[in-house]
Amino acid sequence: MIRITVDGKEIQTEQGKTILQACLENGIYIPNLCFLETREQPRASCRLCFVETSDAERPVTACTETVRDGLDVRTNTEAVRRLQRTAFKLIMSAHHCTPKTCPVAKPCQLMRIARHIQVGLNPRPLETLERDVQEEVDLTFFTYYPFRCVMCGKCVDVCRDRNERNPLTFAKRGFDTVVTFFGSGASNLPCDDCGACVAVCPTGALIPKPPPSES
Amino acid sequence: MANKTLEARFRGLRREAERRVQERQREGVPTISIVMSTCALASGAAETRDAIKETLERIKVPARIVPVGCMGHCYAEPLVVIDHPASGFPPICYHRIDAGIARVVIRSFFEDGDPSFEYVLGALEENDLVPPVTQFPRFNLEERVVMELCGRIDPGDIQEYIARGGYAALARALDGEPESVIDTIERSGLRGRGGAGFPTGRKWRLARSARSERKVVICNADEGDPGAYMDRTILESNPHQVLEGLAIAAYAVGADEALVYVRAEYPLAVKTVQKAVRDAEACSLLGRGVLGTAFDLKVSVFQGSGAFVCGEETALIQSVEGRRGMPRHRPPYPVEKGLWGRPTVVNNVKTLASVPPIVSKGADWFRTIGTENSPGTAIFSVVGNVKHPGLVEVPMGTSLRKLIFDVCGGIPGKKAFKAVQIGGPSGGCLPERFLDTPIDFDSLAQAGAMMGSGGMVVMDQDSCMVDVARYFVDFTQKESCGKCTFCRIGTRHLLVMLDRITKGEGREEDLEIMETLSHDIKAGSLCGLGKTAPNPVITSLRYFREEYEAHIRERRCPALKCRALVAFYIDLERCARGCDACVGCCPVEAIFTTKGRKKAIDQQRCVKCGECMVACPPEYNAVFKVSPPERAPVIERPPENGPAPAGNP
Repeated sequence: MIRITVDGKEIQTEQGKTILQACLENGIYIPNLCFLETREQPRASCRLCFVETSDAERPVTACTETVRDGLDVRTNTEAVRRLQRTAFKLIMSAHHCTPKTCPVAKPCQLMRIARHIQVGLNPRPLETLERDVQEEVDLTFFTYYPFRCVMCGKCVDVCRDRNERNPLTFAKRGFDTVVTFFGSGASNLPCDDCGACVAVCPTGALIPKPPPSES
Repeated sequence: MANKTLEARFRGLRREAERRVQERQREGVPTISIVMSTCALASGAAETRDAIKETLERIKVPARIVPVGCMGHCYAEPLVVIDHPASGFPPICYHRIDAGIARVVIRSFFEDGDPSFEYVLGALEENDLVPPVTQFPRFNLEERVVMELCGRIDPGDIQEYIARGGYAALARALDGEPESVIDTIERSGLRGRGGAGFPTGRKWRLARSARSERKVVICNADEGDPGAYMDRTILESNPHQVLEGLAIAAYAVGADEALVYVRAEYPLAVKTVQKAVRDAEACSLLGRGVLGTAFDLKVSVFQGSGAFVCGEETALIQSVEGRRGMPRHRPPYPVEKGLWGRPTVVNNVKTLASVPPIVSKGADWFRTIGTENSPGTAIFSVVGNVKHPGLVEVPMGTSLRKLIFDVCGGIPGKKAFKAVQIGGPSGGCLPERFLDTPIDFDSLAQAGAMMGSGGMVVMDQDSCMVDVARYFVDFTQKESCGKCTFCRIGTRHLLVMLDRITKGEGREEDLEIMETLSHDIKAGSLCGLGKTAPNPVITSLRYFREEYEAHIRERRCPALKCRALVAFYIDLERCARGCDACVGCCPVEAIFTTKGRKKAIDQQRCVKCGECMVACPPEYNAVFKVSPPERAPVIERPPENGPAPAGNP
């Protein structure tokens, strides 16, 4: 066991863990969207889990840094909050938040993050971005809602763990990147509909389709 | 050499190559070298070659036609060199030789003994008859280490490379311990030419000390910057120097596998490298038991399919493994855990091509070129508003002024220099006051630009810096892999704001938002692409802020570039009565005749293509371009004249 200090409070953890793991296990919340316990290498794509440590001059992502004995971590400095707020506003400028119709149980992860870093759910001063995609995309077993998706990539990661052929993947580039599914139609599907991707989605961007009726 | 077998094998190889090359020269027939790289082919080198062949056949002169690689003089393509010692002339380099000129030059050279001076660029040797090319700054201010043989040898013929001293560095390296190779590279101070400038020797040492049975060396030729083509040219012109560097790197770090990652958009480079690998294997310079030693090296060529981000080493590795090219967090660095989990060295083409000269001539020689912290040479593809665009190799520490104005001939058309974009979309725009900045890794970074892989775009007074920033951000945001928040969404916001500023719809608060957002994207992004993507915005905002303000506050584009903010009008004082040169060229029939039988432009109909400005005879020069558009005088179209105004059928 080793000891690290987080915001002045000493916690115990194990060698080899990341700062994010150590904090979450000890009940200290750090905003995150793409962190997946089962993943060997962190995806580090949501850019929300910034912290300052005694090892680095600038904020670092807590999911990529491993702990060492005596490390001093601060989760709420001005520099950390600035990056977290910008990242969150960027996400909210592409995530069209519709609490009334959103199927995710409230408060959702995004609401929790907003409260934690003390910002609203709107992207101001940034504006809401539009995308040239359909509102709903049919991905055989489920429906994909691009305007809810925050590209955390958890669905793609769990799919890779369970299916050798990794049927769920990203397509297109840049701002147009979407999650997509190889194969369509009923025959020869590369997936056995395990539903792990739907279960792991934090924003309700993947919704299972009702099973086809017998008639 | 200590290793007798190695020495004997290499000496045999070299003797054979020299014998073959000499034999060709002894035949006494003239040698005509034609530059056949991608850029030359684009300017018609294939037609030139056919015309030369056909003319030689007609006048019955036997000659050896050799396709050579690029010399770097893109402004002068197609280039042809006639080397005919029996004629009494030195080897003469001709420029801008299209098929028609080629017929004239060949006939007059071989039939009349007249070297056609009007097409001569210069002689390649000092002599009394033809002015030598060394008189030109473009030649004598350059110092060629990497590109020494580019354009001088047939890239498809390994014998020519060996006869010119090629692969001697590999033989020399194999004769010593891998550690001593790393020592030499470390002492030479060579820094990675891919852009970041990481010390090559240190990278190799890290890979060497990584504990693993199998290691990999990758040559990164996934060049994607707009306007940059150094790596392509080197691979097309002298692939063996790169392969030799790759083999030395593999030996030094203890790798048995190497990979050339070249983009599929470079078909000629792919073909040239593939042939070079086969030829080198046939000569036992690659493959199993190189030159009779215990060193094995399997080299393969991998074609990347055109994602800019795959130039980033972790994304490159993912793409070789068959996955979507997305960068991942480092550490672990590829030197610890790279391709297939093995320790992997990823080096740029220019870095690897610098290695053989260093091993042959020594680290101290290399240090005599360039600066203390950035030894060696820098290769730039200089494009944009310069008289002599092309590839230049200059010692590090050369000032931007010298490179742009002396080596590349300055700005054409009596226009003023405005800015230079260094390092492609990841670099920055530097204004005139930075012209005396020395070109090296640290000075450029200090100025806000970066060395990058070597793209340099020179811009004159007619370039709008907002539009330039918009162009580069458009590129990076399209090429973003979409993985991390800052790069995927942040650059899109920058683009949306830049877009509306160039359309005259910018908002006062946009500048501040862009500035803050740019700094956060830099600080928060996952990989190098995102960290550097806002650089064009940051530098243009820092050095050309007044242009942004003019766009937003006055709806004015100072460079008269942004289409939505300019208007064309015809000065009635200057317009000649009865002349209608402009009328026919207007694609939308926006030009009409006024009551006084002069011409005027219907602003509602005008699409601002500028054709009328070109068509107006120079003695009148009556068409003017202004910004903001309201500055154009309004002239009503007479009701009986021409088609009805647009939008009012």
